[in-house]
Amino acid sequence: MAGLATVFGSGAMSNSVAEIERTDALFVIGSNTTENHPIIALRMKQAVRNGAKLIVADPRTIPLVKFAHLHLRHRPGTDITLLNTIMHVIVREGLEDREFIEARTTDFETFQKNLENFTPEYGEKITGVPARDIIEAARIYATAGRAGIYYTMGITQHSMGTDNVISLANLALLTGNIGREATGVNPLRGQNNVQGCCDMGCSPNVFPGYQSLTDPEVRERFEEVWGTRLPDKIGLTASEMIEAMLAGSLKGLYVMGENPAMSDPNTTHTLEAFRKLDFLVVQDIFLTETAELADVVLPAASFAEKDGTFTNSERRVQMVRKALSTPGRAKDDLWILGNLTARMGFNHVFESIRALGYKVPEDNDAKQTIMTPEQAFLEAGLLWPGIRGMTYQRLKNGGIQWPCPSQGHPGTPYLFRDSFPVGRPAFRSITPTESDELVDSDYPYVLTTGRILFQYHTGSMTRRSKALETVAPCPFIEINHRDAALLEILDEDPVTVTSRRGTISLIARVGDRVGPGVVFIPFHYREAAANLLTNNALDPICKIAEAKVCAVRIDKVGPTA
Amino acid sequence: MPKGVTVNVCMGTGGIAGGADEVLAAFREELSRNSVEGRVLEKCAVHQVGCRGFCARDVLVDITIDDERTTYQYIRPDMVKRLVSEHIIGGEPVADWMVSDEYHRFHDLQKKIVLADCGTIDPEDIEAYIDAGGYRAITEVLESRTPAEVIDEVRRSGLRGRGGAGFPTGQKWELCAANEADRRYIICNADEGDPGAFMDRSVIEGNPHSVIEGMLIGAYAVGSDSGYVYIRAEYPLAVDRLRLALDQARAKGFLGPDILNSGFSFDIKIKLGAGAFVCGEETALIASIEGERGMPRAKPPYPADKGLWGKPTIINNVETWANLPPIINNGADWYAGIGSEKSKGTKVFALTGKIRNTGLIEVPMGISLRDIIFDIGGGIEGGRLLKAVQTGGPSGGCIPQQHIDLAMDYDNLLAVGSMMGSGGMVVLDESDCMVNIARFFLEFTQAESCGKCTPCRLGTKRLLEILTRITEGEGRKGDIELLEDLAGDVRDTSLCGLGMSAPNPVLSTIRYFRHEYEAHIHDKHCPAKVCRKLLTFFIREDLCVGCGMCRKACPTGAADGKPKAPHHIDTSSCVKCGACYDVCKFKAVLKE
Amino acid sequence: MISLTIDGREVSVFEGTSVLEAARILEIDIPTLCHDPRLKPFGGCRLCIVEIRGMARPVTACTTPAIGGMVVTTTSERLYRLRRTIIELLLSDHPNDCMVCARAGDCTLQEQAYFYKLRLNRFTGEMRDHDRVDANPFIKREMNKCILCGLCVRVCDEVQGVNAIDFAFRGFNARVTPPFEKDLDCEFCGQCVAVCPTGALTGKVWAGEARQKDVKMTDTVCSYCGCGCNITLHTVRDRVVRITSRPDTHNRGWLCAKGRFGYEFINHPDRLKTPLIRRKKGGNLEPAAWEDAFDLIAGQFTRIKEESGPDALGGLASARCTNEENYVFQKFFRAVIGTNNIDHCARY
Repeated sequence: MAGLATVFGSGAMSNSVAEIERTDALFVIGSNTTENHPIIALRMKQAVRNGAKLIVADPRTIPLVKFAHLHLRHRPGTDITLLNTIMHVIVREGLEDREFIEARTTDFETFQKNLENFTPEYGEKITGVPARDIIEAARIYATAGRAGIYYTMGITQHSMGTDNVISLANLALLTGNIGREATGVNPLRGQNNVQGCCDMGCSPNVFPGYQSLTDPEVRERFEEVWGTRLPDKIGLTASEMIEAMLAGSLKGLYVMGENPAMSDPNTTHTLEAFRKLDFLVVQDIFLTETAELADVVLPAASFAEKDGTFTNSERRVQMVRKALSTPGRAKDDLWILGNLTARMGFNHVFESIRALGYKVPEDNDAKQTIMTPEQAFLEAGLLWPGIRGMTYQRLKNGGIQWPCPSQGHPGTPYLFRDSFPVGRPAFRSITPTESDELVDSDYPYVLTTGRILFQYHTGSMTRRSKALETVAPCPFIEINHRDAALLEILDEDPVTVTSRRGTISLIARVGDRVGPGVVFIPFHYREAAANLLTNNALDPICKIAEAKVCAVRIDKVGPTA
Repeated sequence: MPKGVTVNVCMGTGGIAGGADEVLAAFREELSRNSVEGRVLEKCAVHQVGCRGFCARDVLVDITIDDERTTYQYIRPDMVKRLVSEHIIGGEPVADWMVSDEYHRFHDLQKKIVLADCGTIDPEDIEAYIDAGGYRAITEVLESRTPAEVIDEVRRSGLRGRGGAGFPTGQKWELCAANEADRRYIICNADEGDPGAFMDRSVIEGNPHSVIEGMLIGAYAVGSDSGYVYIRAEYPLAVDRLRLALDQARAKGFLGPDILNSGFSFDIKIKLGAGAFVCGEETALIASIEGERGMPRAKPPYPADKGLWGKPTIINNVETWANLPPIINNGADWYAGIGSEKSKGTKVFALTGKIRNTGLIEVPMGISLRDIIFDIGGGIEGGRLLKAVQTGGPSGGCIPQQHIDLAMDYDNLLAVGSMMGSGGMVVLDESDCMVNIARFFLEFTQAESCGKCTPCRLGTKRLLEILTRITEGEGRKGDIELLEDLAGDVRDTSLCGLGMSAPNPVLSTIRYFRHEYEAHIHDKHCPAKVCRKLLTFFIREDLCVGCGMCRKACPTGAADGKPKAPHHIDTSSCVKCGACYDVCKFKAVLKE
Repeated sequence: MISLTIDGREVSVFEGTSVLEAARILEIDIPTLCHDPRLKPFGGCRLCIVEIRGMARPVTACTTPAIGGMVVTTTSERLYRLRRTIIELLLSDHPNDCMVCARAGDCTLQEQAYFYKLRLNRFTGEMRDHDRVDANPFIKREMNKCILCGLCVRVCDEVQGVNAIDFAFRGFNARVTPPFEKDLDCEFCGQCVAVCPTGALTGKVWAGEARQKDVKMTDTVCSYCGCGCNITLHTVRDRVVRITSRPDTHNRGWLCAKGRFGYEFINHPDRLKTPLIRRKKGGNLEPAAWEDAFDLIAGQFTRIKEESGPDALGGLASARCTNEENYVFQKFFRAVIGTNNIDHCARY
């Protein structure tokens, strides 16, 4: 998100899912939408039926390709070159939106210069996509009345992830495809409440609502409402925490509802870091790989056992409602956090907001530290105008998309209509960099990772569903049939896959979903955890690890034919 | 020797089935063996020609010597030698093999417009069509008429769709042309599915260019650049000839871009049907061309508004298209002068059933059934009495003998509970059981229902079950009323023409032959002695010679007796299979 | 806008509106079995037939576009009889096993049979016997209960774009089937299950679970991906017995295999039910009381904070938890612990 926030001043889907149907051209890059966001993919298919042109850029022949007018199968890690080449063509053919560029952006001249060398021929050489396809993609995107960009981890989980995102933003700015209905730059969020988690300030540099914690005015407001002094030093990102754990400077960690021991790249490295911790608390609904390492494991509530809100990919805040009681002695997370707050001697949770003149329900005297979901939501709204106009009452029917600053406000289906938070966004010249780890004679294949339709994330939920597990029971590696022939590997053959960081065993799926030289492994399976292989090299800005590109070797198991 | 000799061999599917290929080859061989060609002054040609309708007499051969035409029937390859030596070389026609008066009577009352050139020109040679005046109509239209004028001509001719419903063709074109659209389509429906019907097949086999020219006229009139012929894959000869004709027309510049330098472009694709009866229904046909399962779509919207790929589409059947060149050539007034008040022109029928002369006929609208059956058709086979005529294909109705003087046109047929359909005509005599006839047709329509709509899928099934039980002696009191109720509901609620008309055989037979139903149900008796389960088989002692054939044929041992002595049938073990009846050479086995 | 009269009442609608949609604006109830406003009209079941002045036969309201000045009648003796015959025909080829059918009480066919008081059937006859068992783990296909409304075929084509099933065969043998009558092999989104008006398509995951009685419905949000689909949890006491989605939501009632069928984790025996404490390094995790767990955490956090400062502590929040929990979690670290070492694993 850092990339988008840098360019526009806000990092979220600029537009809404429902608008996709009204788009004239869709550019889907680094998103296997059908398998990862099945319901958003339905809107894309509908758009195609309605006459929109669909361009899919992906190293794999993902299911969405069936509906695409154009499939750009670029080499993993060459997104920037691909995008710069597309923009080169747009400028060369005079298809850019001059009016928009002049009225709403800055720094176009230098940016334009930077594109000069990215001819389609050069683009073809680097990305492997035929020059004519790149040209056609440029024309489709630039000449459509309304064109939208949709992306996910295929763009972000790279050592140059931020630059990838900025390039997409450049593309939208170049053609004026932002700030209007059915256009935009749209990161599709991978988990049910990533958006909300970010919105709520679970980042080391910002308070809820992306408000900078180094801004004294902002900090004072939070101190006032929270009734305590707050640190002004930017904290550690998740990946930096891993390094700090290894270095011994981070001694205690509290993990709420995540499974980094499985989901983070380079698992061996991650596990080593966790083992170095002095004290680890994990709060979850299952004994995950991470929980197994903990000193204290706290049983929490699943989504079906609590009230609250989730914010989906399109910034829609929606009601989550309690349908069940928690099993055994498990408790909902707010109860747990409230109790811990008290144990830590922080007993004035409600004092300050009451002092500010806000009504606090009777059953919460000053001493009590457990917030109800509604109280927490209202307090967050007090501090972040983006959701200030929302109440549980208003959210009852279908939710509201932020920003929604006041009670009468209907919410915001698409952002930046009149202005950008940064004022006039600047074009930023991006020079392609190579992925951190490139193939060589020892590790000749590029491994890319991702999800499949029938499993989810680290599998703690889906692998406990019999039906899902029946249709997608085991880990596999997708290999192009040409590579498989060279390696004498047949479909369903067991193989081992080795990177500089580890080895896993799984079965081969031979076909043409990936191109030659590229292999794909889903990361859901602990018995062959793809993240044992992946690289934890970080994007220098937003510190996302490069889960999407690393170099591996493939060996056939057993006697060769 | 004569100046010119032309041998025309009937090479429709019927002729070929009768061995026309070999006959044609034999003529070629015999003529060359006798070096006839060298001796004839101007031309000596052997042609294949299309079907002239009288398939019962195939292989039919015309030998024309200096404009004197002689027609032979039932010709086999081994007869060719004599025809060549006696008739062509010797100049003496072979009287034994010439067609009889009946052949001429078969043709005398016919009026051939659509089939005019079928049987006289070589369907595989575009020049033959052009020599016969072909492509004159489209040339004239492109040179001197506006689309609106063409539509007006067609409207004034009174031509109505020959596919069954009889919608005025000119009006359909007008509706289509009036729609705003970037593209319009022309479709020729050649998915002829009625059992026993072969009108469209014969036209395409005998004169494919007339259909192409008709489509060209239609395309120009409504502004279409793209047409389809949807034809059943079971018509291989027609498909081959059509394909050849399209190639020839393209080569001659009658199809493709900028036809005859007029700026008008049009081309035709062939789409093969996979044998579903319902694909003859226009919306199902369109779905099939689009690559979908052939299931009808609700109307409105009609194809003229939203047809193929959602564009305005003209869909007419083969016979309709073939009528257009003559209408343009001879004018609307000429055409409107033929036929009855509301049904103009001619209609092609496939005449089958209990009739002497089966075959394909083209008659002016308004002709009486009597003329068709007793003059053209030569009356009922075996001198039995006419009972009814079933028209309109499997979902048509039965017209009883008392309406024998009915003038055949769209409206009269509807009035008596039947329909024109695409032109099937089955003659039924006193040996046909009307309940069984209804059951037979229901069996067909039920099997061919696409399954999309409830009344057709399940209603026809239940109708069939009730009819079946009646013919098997299990009929119940109230079944006739139940049939009437259900048949009416199926007719009123079905989605497409198939379901709407499928009850026709039931309703029309109940209307005119209710007593037969009653006999089956109440008396457990089949008056026509057709429904075997209602029959008793017995042997007349005075006729039985004791040959033992019935005993050998009987699967249950019910037919028994000593050799040379009269046999008997034990009714308790008889399963009424009829095997004894079929094998008895002395007509001693009777059924009652 | 055009206006037409339905049952004597005038209504104005946009051009292109069907007669059925126009009637629904007036809240006139026309029965249907094959219609879903989210899909293209089909006109197969024939139940929505209406009479239109000037038209000889009844036409289906779902497929007939409204035309200005149209005069429509939706109920008459004749229409009643025709509709009743249609339902009677459907029932003549439908197993009479509502007692043990998963859809009892939630079945459109059953409801219509009830409205039309169909007890005896005039048309008893042969019944289909599609006894083939589909071994896929998600969707139970009992094709004897299929009324060929085509909703499943259409949703699979028009919405999901998968085309895993279609009509095959003709006449009485017509049926909906995967290619070559094999087992279903598709995305298992279950959209077909959601639109099926009878018990022909049901979820194997909820086979044998409570149908209507004692079932509590809770509208909430799916906990898988970022689509944020609205779902309705069907629960009996503390068990999830089924998940559905209402059509009037932003996801229009569509879900994926995970969202629709992947709920077993909620009541899974593996769920953590008690706090666990590792009393000494290298030891095992043992069940403990909440008090002990809180004491231990508070003690250790306080110790680390005192020894190494608040920045020696960190928290990883969750993209799986609610906004409220994440809010309170980061507040806990910033306000209570005093560090900004707060992040989450899914920074994307």
